[in-house]
Amino acid sequence: MKKIIGLVLGLVVGVSLAFADAVLINGAGATFPYPIYSKWFDEYGKMNPGVQFNYQSIGSGGGIKQILAKTVDFGATDGPMSIDQLTQAPGRIYHIPTVMGAVVVSYNLDGINKGLKLSGDVLADIYLGKITQWNDSRIAAQNTGVNLPNQGIVVVHRSDGSGTSFIFTDYLSSVSSDWKARVGKATSVNWPLGLGGKGNEGVAGMIKQTSGSIGYVELAYAKQNNLPYAFLKNQSGNYIEPTLESTSKAADGASIPEDFRVSLVNSSNPESYPIVSFTWLLIYKQMDSPVTGKAIVDFIKWAVTDGQKYAADLDYAPLPSNVVEMIQRRLTQVKY
Amino acid sequence: MARQDSSDIIFRRVLAIFPISILVLVAGLFFQLISSSLPSLTKFGASFFVSSVWDPVAENFGALPFIFGTCLTSLVALLLAVPIGVGAAIYLAEYASPQVSKVISILVDLLAAIPSVIYGLWGIFVLVPFMRHSVQPFLGKYFGFLPFFQGPNYGVGFLAASIILAIIIVPFIISVSREVILAVPSVYKESALALGTTRWEAVFNIVLSYGKAGILGAVILALGRAIGETMAVTMIIGNNPTISSSLFSPGYTLASVLANEFAEAAGNMYLSSLIEIGLVLFLVSILVNILARFLIWSVTKGASEATK
Repeated sequence: MKKIIGLVLGLVVGVSLAFADAVLINGAGATFPYPIYSKWFDEYGKMNPGVQFNYQSIGSGGGIKQILAKTVDFGATDGPMSIDQLTQAPGRIYHIPTVMGAVVVSYNLDGINKGLKLSGDVLADIYLGKITQWNDSRIAAQNTGVNLPNQGIVVVHRSDGSGTSFIFTDYLSSVSSDWKARVGKATSVNWPLGLGGKGNEGVAGMIKQTSGSIGYVELAYAKQNNLPYAFLKNQSGNYIEPTLESTSKAADGASIPEDFRVSLVNSSNPESYPIVSFTWLLIYKQMDSPVTGKAIVDFIKWAVTDGQKYAADLDYAPLPSNVVEMIQRRLTQVKY
Repeated sequence: MARQDSSDIIFRRVLAIFPISILVLVAGLFFQLISSSLPSLTKFGASFFVSSVWDPVAENFGALPFIFGTCLTSLVALLLAVPIGVGAAIYLAEYASPQVSKVISILVDLLAAIPSVIYGLWGIFVLVPFMRHSVQPFLGKYFGFLPFFQGPNYGVGFLAASIILAIIIVPFIISVSREVILAVPSVYKESALALGTTRWEAVFNIVLSYGKAGILGAVILALGRAIGETMAVTMIIGNNPTISSSLFSPGYTLASVLANEFAEAAGNMYLSSLIEIGLVLFLVSILVNILARFLIWSVTKGASEATK
């Protein structure tokens, strides 16, 4: 018996010695960037065996709650924290963009593949229930030569609170004052009409099955599942296909504030797709632990430079170089 | 009086810990739900139960459509599941050969063990298209004069959710009812048969009447499951807080809104209102259970008086 106890003790001591200089970084938050984050944690861990990550993709709201409570070393969110939330924080919180994502408008119309043209105000009025037929003159006016059916529009939206809904409603608020006043932007809103699907897969499932439906999903999800998607009219009046390039363009040339808490929807860049957002990491300006603090900053520096090459494969748009430079400057202000 | 050995006393006290821990757990749960939903309770008061607005942006919350959805889907599910469940149980206990009964009972227990997310996925890919293409057009065509079968046909909605719930709870009803029927002493049935009743009369008048309380217990167990069921319902109810007399309409339930919105709820009032939804769910479950117990009590009372 003593032998066994000795053996176990020896093992425990040995293992803890081996990991004595390992840093464990805890994070929690957004589900949307989870695939790229886990890829980064994996690749970065291979190069720096001393750094280990534990990321819980519990949703942006949960990420904000946990960073405010300091139960994690970093949070992650798809929508910037509100001023209200920032003042609740026990310290100054920095938003660091990591990659960019787009939300695409998908639909199910017999004989019409991708490329239906829609403008923001028409999209908002569809979601407000003002436009109810596919052959409405305002849709037809933008799609000459397309045979639009005389069919009711079935509106589909996310039922679960999500960053995707935040980006989508942020866009609708920016293009329609009526939407802004009646509904607003949030991870969950009081939808004027429509069916709610749970998750990207729930929305996509309903669109695929329901003839005449329209809905929104992440670009990555639409590409991987070959869903038809609309070309949206941007601020400059061009109809833009959602691609990684047109997504990245949204931050290119746009005026980005120092704190990165910026909405990229409806960008002024003439080549940009209009429903685009950063996804952010949330860290404290004053880190509690020098070891963890340094490890996090080193990781972020790598993620926004070398790490960006993994983005495209996973259907995220990489950050434009002007944003990367700004992040590098910002990171020098982090204290640990 | 039996001698009180010290070991008896210890054993009795140790055993008493277990039921007390259940009480503590329920009381703690209730207390936690109340204290966390205080902001919402004080702000909205009784209007929380009668308002139909659920607006996270304006932080204005009311639970009526969710209460309606939970009660409606559970009720329709029971209406569908009870005849099937009790009928199957009678057949398995009284008519089927032992081999058939055994095989089907194993299958029923297997059904009861399937996670509800599997039922939800099956619902999305099989049941909902079937509802949209066959069941709902049929109901709309021949029974469309009833208010229950009107309005646009999406496939998802109250009816699809109720059917999924019925499928989920049927195994519970079959399994427990079958045990109850098997437990009826065969003397009663044999006496009835000896007095010249038909088999149908023996089953209906003697066996069912004797097992009434147990079968109702099975139904309550199933109802509890239906009220709390989350995943499968969320996936196919359409998640739209509407109150409609039509079963074709999309709806929402208390459990679904919690599952959908809790993870992303950041504002204090929002969170508190969601916890109050949990409190309402708790209260609805308790209320329905009390009603059901009352029903059992009144039924068994009648039965025991009749046998006197």
